[in-house]
Amino acid sequence: MAYSDKVLDHYNHPRNVGSLDKNDPNVGTGMVGAPECGDVMKLQVKVDEATGVIAEAKFKTFGCGSAIASSSLATEWLKGKTVDEALAIKNTDIVNELSLPPVKIHCSVLAEDAIKAAISDYKKKQDQKKPVEARA
Amino acid sequence: MKTPIYFDNHATTPTDPRVVDAMLPYFTTKFGNAASRNHSFGWEAEKAVDDARKKIADLIGATPKEIVFTSGATESDNLAIKGVAEMYAEKGNHIITAATEHKAVLDTCKKLEKHGYRVTYLPLKADGLVDLDMLRESITDKTILITLMYANNEIGVIQPVAEIGKLAHEKGILFHTDGVQAVGKVPVNVIKDNIDLMSISAHKIYGPKGVGALYVRRKSPRVQITAQMDGGGHERGMRSGTLNVPGIVGLGEACAICNREMAEEGKRLGYLRDKLKNRLETELDEVFINGSMEHRLPNNLNISFAYVEGESLLMGINDVAVSSGSACTSATLEPSYVLKALGVGDDLAHTSIRFGLGRFNTEEEVDYVANRVIEVVRKLRELSPLYEMAKEGVDLSKVQWAAE
Repeated sequence: MAYSDKVLDHYNHPRNVGSLDKNDPNVGTGMVGAPECGDVMKLQVKVDEATGVIAEAKFKTFGCGSAIASSSLATEWLKGKTVDEALAIKNTDIVNELSLPPVKIHCSVLAEDAIKAAISDYKKKQDQKKPVEARA
Repeated sequence: MKTPIYFDNHATTPTDPRVVDAMLPYFTTKFGNAASRNHSFGWEAEKAVDDARKKIADLIGATPKEIVFTSGATESDNLAIKGVAEMYAEKGNHIITAATEHKAVLDTCKKLEKHGYRVTYLPLKADGLVDLDMLRESITDKTILITLMYANNEIGVIQPVAEIGKLAHEKGILFHTDGVQAVGKVPVNVIKDNIDLMSISAHKIYGPKGVGALYVRRKSPRVQITAQMDGGGHERGMRSGTLNVPGIVGLGEACAICNREMAEEGKRLGYLRDKLKNRLETELDEVFINGSMEHRLPNNLNISFAYVEGESLLMGINDVAVSSGSACTSATLEPSYVLKALGVGDDLAHTSIRFGLGRFNTEEEVDYVANRVIEVVRKLRELSPLYEMAKEGVDLSKVQWAAE
């Protein structure tokens, strides 16, 4: 099975590897997959409070080259998008961009799940903030 | 030192140039059909086949008449198991094997189950060895065959073959062993090891692909098998089909070379394998060897690098050829069933790599491969959320995973 050039590129030069402070109120953390499945992705976004735009995104992935590439690509796409725009990213977009073969499509699905999990975590944190602000 | 480097000698081996030289005349000048009884072309081919039979027999402690040529070990496994099952059907219908056998054995057993045979698939101990007491307990008065591989192709573990054979003979049961990974690598002797049938593959011992053999014992007991390939009655009626003379000559020569060089080669490969193992164990943390180191082929290393998935590791060491137990590397997306049967968790199965060293590998290559693997494992651990969590002190076995 030969890898597409884009997958190799992301694998050899992964973008945005690392971690954000998960206790930061403006950081959403999504962790999907399971070690028994051979795929675990941790995706984090930091949203600018004022503009609602994703300022930073970081990832860490345990998985095959296609899984690493899918999550790396996801962080690239997330930066500069609003939260709603981020939710519109589909796994098929990732498949097309990376030319993933059928047997690797599930990697792109996991990446989409990771994005949604990170955004959902961020939104939960925003909801938890509100009552405090109302009281203040 | 050339790249890519080949460290996957359990999958196949390069044909030894000496073997190719021995085979060549049999394509263009000595091309006769070994069954042509009436002219010199046939006699010449027949002589070459007889010489090969002797070389193979000498390697395993058998006699030439006990060697049946096939298209490879998959066919030999089929012939042995189905051949015994059909021939001894009136005596019984129970076969014992292990969950970790090669698919050529497992699938053949599954086929027989569809035809009314009963098969027991023994689990193995965590070190990869069969539990002899468990084997003894699974024997019934309908058991006609025990089939257990000599050495495992994934983890290189060597079974207590002589004891298994002894037990089988005590109970009047035939013992077949898939000897593919052991023959020519460790001293196999069908008499000392109490073996009744044994499968051999040429392309695992620096011979050509497409040819193998089945050892079929003729004395105490005299084993009979029902042919699976019907036709002209070749190989004493056990396997019809014109003999692959060049392939057979190649297999014979490969066996002769192994017979001469096995002891030295085993020592050299054991040294190289241990060097690789020591480098990986000292320079990386959280690495685990799969299977017993004590009862193991000298050239095999099956090792898991926790928190680093196998396919991504293979991608990183792209100038080194090895294989992995990870689901992502298999066509069916299932992790290695051998590792699973040993009780290795799926998470560690996904992180396993199999190194199979061979005759043409050098110490320079081992040093290079060790460097590359260490470099890539470190890089991938930087990318791994699991390594990060483990270093933070999180007990990964207690985490609730949101699996898709």
